[in-house]
Amino acid sequence: MSSSGQTQLTESQSQRLREQFVQMIEIRLFEEKILHEFPTGKLFGTTHTCIGQEANAVGILSAARRDDVVFSNHRGHGHFLAHGGDMKGLFAELMGKETGVCGGLGGSQHLQWNNFYSNGILGGAVPCATGIAMAEKIKKSGAISIVFMGDGTLGEGVVYESLNIASLWKLPMLYVVENNRYAQSTPIELNLAGSITARFEAFGIPAVELNTTEVGIIHESARGLIDEVRRLQEPRCLVVETYRFSPHSKGDDSRDPEEIAHYRQYDPLLMLNDVLSEKERSELATAAEKKVLEAFRQAEGDPYRQVDEGVQTSLEPEN
Amino acid sequence: MTRVLGELNAGLRESLEMDETVHLLGEDILDPYGGAFKVYRGLSTRFPDRVHTTPISEAAITGLAAGMALRGLKPVVEIMFGDFMALCHDQLLNHVSKFKWMYNRQVRVPLVVRTPMGGRRGYGPTHSQSIEKHLLGIPGIRVVAPNTFISPRQMLVDAITKDIDPTIFIEHKLLYGKHIRDPRTLSELSVEQTGGMYPTVELTWQGAPRPTITIACYGFNAELVAEAMEILAFEEEIFSETVVLAQLSPLEIEPVLRSVLKTSRLLTVEEGGRSFGWGSELISRVCEALPSSALNGIGRVAARDLPIPSSRKLEDELLPSVDDIVQVALQTTKANR
Repeated sequence: MSSSGQTQLTESQSQRLREQFVQMIEIRLFEEKILHEFPTGKLFGTTHTCIGQEANAVGILSAARRDDVVFSNHRGHGHFLAHGGDMKGLFAELMGKETGVCGGLGGSQHLQWNNFYSNGILGGAVPCATGIAMAEKIKKSGAISIVFMGDGTLGEGVVYESLNIASLWKLPMLYVVENNRYAQSTPIELNLAGSITARFEAFGIPAVELNTTEVGIIHESARGLIDEVRRLQEPRCLVVETYRFSPHSKGDDSRDPEEIAHYRQYDPLLMLNDVLSEKERSELATAAEKKVLEAFRQAEGDPYRQVDEGVQTSLEPEN
Repeated sequence: MTRVLGELNAGLRESLEMDETVHLLGEDILDPYGGAFKVYRGLSTRFPDRVHTTPISEAAITGLAAGMALRGLKPVVEIMFGDFMALCHDQLLNHVSKFKWMYNRQVRVPLVVRTPMGGRRGYGPTHSQSIEKHLLGIPGIRVVAPNTFISPRQMLVDAITKDIDPTIFIEHKLLYGKHIRDPRTLSELSVEQTGGMYPTVELTWQGAPRPTITIACYGFNAELVAEAMEILAFEEEIFSETVVLAQLSPLEIEPVLRSVLKTSRLLTVEEGGRSFGWGSELISRVCEALPSSALNGIGRVAARDLPIPSSRKLEDELLPSVDDIVQVALQTTKANR
């Protein structure tokens, strides 16, 4: 993990970092709230939080346009919120409320809102996202397609099928690999042979690899790649070495506590200590906490999604 | 009259002409080859920007089509042999079929996957199967099969341009060479057709005694059943009523029920393996819907639950024949439940 020294920032750069800090801390507090509330039974099923990885979602998606299309995975709350998703709607979705992002039907891993999609089959999103890139290219919309993967996702064959096609057909696709070194309980040494970037380069897709939790650096890199994808109508890959502080899902963490403690030093929130004063960070954190609690409270008050709604839940064909 | 192959080619061409959001994806579909079964002949020449030859990646091209459909296009994927449908099963089961429902109807997935199933050409265990039964009953996906009694061209055009739900279009290899039937040549049979994009066809003997058995089938098996109907009528004096379904799943049993109420017996015919097949579901539903007094006999004609051997003679023994249909129909009409 690297961290840059203090550099002179312009006003607009400072402002952007401030906004990114706010986004990251909102994601952090949202995810912590989720983990805290699961034992109370207010949330259904399971969830996969991205605590520690917030800089990836925020850094990359703040470089994207709102009409760029994002396809995420089981660990997608950060991506959802960073792409403009509504916090209360996400809480409500996890609670199975009718005001949820998908009316309570999808839950944590199956979200759709605006230009955001997610699904819980590892790797399955990759060809879909590639098809989305194809559609946007055909429609000449100027939008690009971004898919988020993990190190574990690279075990799925359909990923490689998609890379081949994206490169062959010159699709406006950004493949993001968040390498947090673990796939559920399995460390990367037991899962992955060879190099991650070489996999993409084998298909003729240029890949950039970052080893940082500094949102500013991730943002700059993403901005350059996104620009290339959009301008050249070609795929690119961004690999970010990262680490999650939270368990894979709710309580399943067999990693060495010392290792986790080591990476906590590089908490993306701490990496902005040089940019934002303690007072400012504290104020922003307090505001974020308030926003998260209020969103949760509102979602709690909403009615549950009813199943017997005839057409709404029927899968009979429409015509 | 045109053959089914020509109808399908025309249906694809018409869809491309009518709707600029239609795109075709498949392996080896470019001219001059025009697809393994020539269904695509002439299309890539005429519509070069919308006919895409793909690498051999069934899973990815199905997923690609899902993504394209989500974003406003109408993709049509060819899976070269129905046996290869296994390769794209995850995309169909866990993505294509579920997007509309789990995303609370915020999206639509108007895609079509077409694929040829069927044996009787000696292609062997992995190129001869009729395994559409593994796609039936997946909530959110429609499975349909054309036959020679309706217009496969119109059915394909509707599936592609009108049907906004994901549809799997099952063709039979031996159907490609068959002519579409001219109703005028079926003078002794009355042909009734229901409405809708995937019409059901009912064949009844005109001026004959009340039918005593209903035969339900789809796709290529309608050819075998039509022959069996004649043998049963002229050699055995057993008058059957045939219901040829175009939509296999979700199953709409009304036309079958109407017929069984007349005949009190139901025989189902399919080329897939007997166990857990289409016939099982149809018979179960009819049993659920009718009082037991209304049903005097049931039978299933299907392939034996074995892989399909390459040797033609063995293949013929394993797959349903006209004679199998006649024999089981005779047994069913003689037995009483």
